Amino acid sequence: MTAVVPERPVGGRLIDQFEYGLDAPICLTWELTYACNLACVHCLSSSGRRDPRELSTAEAEAVIDELQRMQVFYVNVGGGEPTVRPDFWHLLDYAIGHQVGVKFSTNGVKLDRARAEQLARTDYVDVQISLDGATAEVNDRVRGAGSFATATRALEKLAEAGMRDFKVSVVVTRENAGQLDAFKALTDRYGAQLRITRLRPSGRGADVWDQLHPTAAQQRELYDWLLANGDGVLTGDSFFHLSAFGEALPGLNLCGAGRVVCLIDPVGDVYACPFAIHENFLAGNVRDEGGFQRVWQQSELFAELRSPQTGGACTKCAHFDACRGGCMAAKFFTGLPLDGPDPECVQGYGETALAARDGALITPRSHLDHSHAGPVRGQPTLLGMPGIPAKACDESPLAGLDLRSGAR
Amino acid sequence: MSAGQGVAFDPDAPWRLARSVALRPEPFGALVYSFSTRKLSFLKSKVLVDVVQALADHPSASAAVTACGVPAAQRATYEKALADLAGSAMIEVRES
Repeated sequence: MTAVVPERPVGGRLIDQFEYGLDAPICLTWELTYACNLACVHCLSSSGRRDPRELSTAEAEAVIDELQRMQVFYVNVGGGEPTVRPDFWHLLDYAIGHQVGVKFSTNGVKLDRARAEQLARTDYVDVQISLDGATAEVNDRVRGAGSFATATRALEKLAEAGMRDFKVSVVVTRENAGQLDAFKALTDRYGAQLRITRLRPSGRGADVWDQLHPTAAQQRELYDWLLANGDGVLTGDSFFHLSAFGEALPGLNLCGAGRVVCLIDPVGDVYACPFAIHENFLAGNVRDEGGFQRVWQQSELFAELRSPQTGGACTKCAHFDACRGGCMAAKFFTGLPLDGPDPECVQGYGETALAARDGALITPRSHLDHSHAGPVRGQPTLLGMPGIPAKACDESPLAGLDLRSGAR
Repeated sequence: MSAGQGVAFDPDAPWRLARSVALRPEPFGALVYSFSTRKLSFLKSKVLVDVVQALADHPSASAAVTACGVPAAQRATYEKALADLAGSAMIEVRES
């Protein structure tokens, strides 16, 4: 199938230009490894164990060379936990030495005093410490016991080292949505900047989305909070679906998948967006002939994504220009059509669409799962403790069935 | 963020793309990214891209605008765009 690509208009609004894609991504996420010391319940990439096919140091350097040639100004590096890669610090220096700035996300596990001082001395590097609760109680239920302490220790080290403008990165959930002011206060205390992003039903996030995605009332509060505090808070432009409440939020109110953003995963696969690790959104691999540039500029999938949406229920809605139909990944992984409403549509169409799904519908799942096979230290408690059968035979469907009364 | 490093725009002064700023041509114009403020901006026409790139070769911003063939009726628009870029430290005064 060859996509019919409509011709790019000349002039007009920037957002309309972005729908037709760019010569290189504005914002590229690169996950360096699927290995992670944690087992967060909502991990978008179902990380845990390293994949044996992950890019080697030389292959990663070649990707950086290519990004330099394409003038990708910076990459958002994540994982997994990127700092557990033994060559992480080398690749960081290599990227910066090749005019590719690095913003990396970490849970803080490797950020001791020496690393914090190293980062404070390095230009063109930004650090984001992930934290999903302003208190240990809320955070550790989702990210695992001890993870709040690890993250705040890293924040302390960065502040002590004189690092400036580092970020605290929060995924907004039903459990922490009431803590936005507390997050702001915590962040200010370390001289850091707050970054909040949207929870997607991607990776293991699909398993907890029903339980953790903000309620309709919380979405409204979040929108009001962003309007009041938006200037000092980063969002990765991830809440553009909230713009349908009325006033547009600052930033790019558009799904950038394959247009201005994409993901390179640890094995070099290129997906339309970090929240779309699924075969349907796989555009190619950096190891293929022509490398990343060819995938970005010539893949059929990305050509298709670079057409403005013209049909579907949302285009008839009065708010379509504000929210542009919301997040592609959120729709896909909740089993909704991609040209219909976002599951968290603030006009309520998402809820209606979710309720109207076929009861027998099996929502799409990623073909990849690198989750730890067994429990990890400090397992998150959100899902409850795994039941431990008293005897192996208790797993039998007949175990515990008392036949005596019926027998007499 | 450490904004506010920009300065007021004087069209008669010599300017240049700031040394910490990278410019990437795109079909609609160009992206500019400041490695020091971590801010991204957009140059929304190819003529504006020409003007910004020509700054370094002319004795004043005004002269660069003229050299790029900007019609008189649009001068104010282009000088306003340059003033915005100066305000966000994307362009800087050249010592010459």
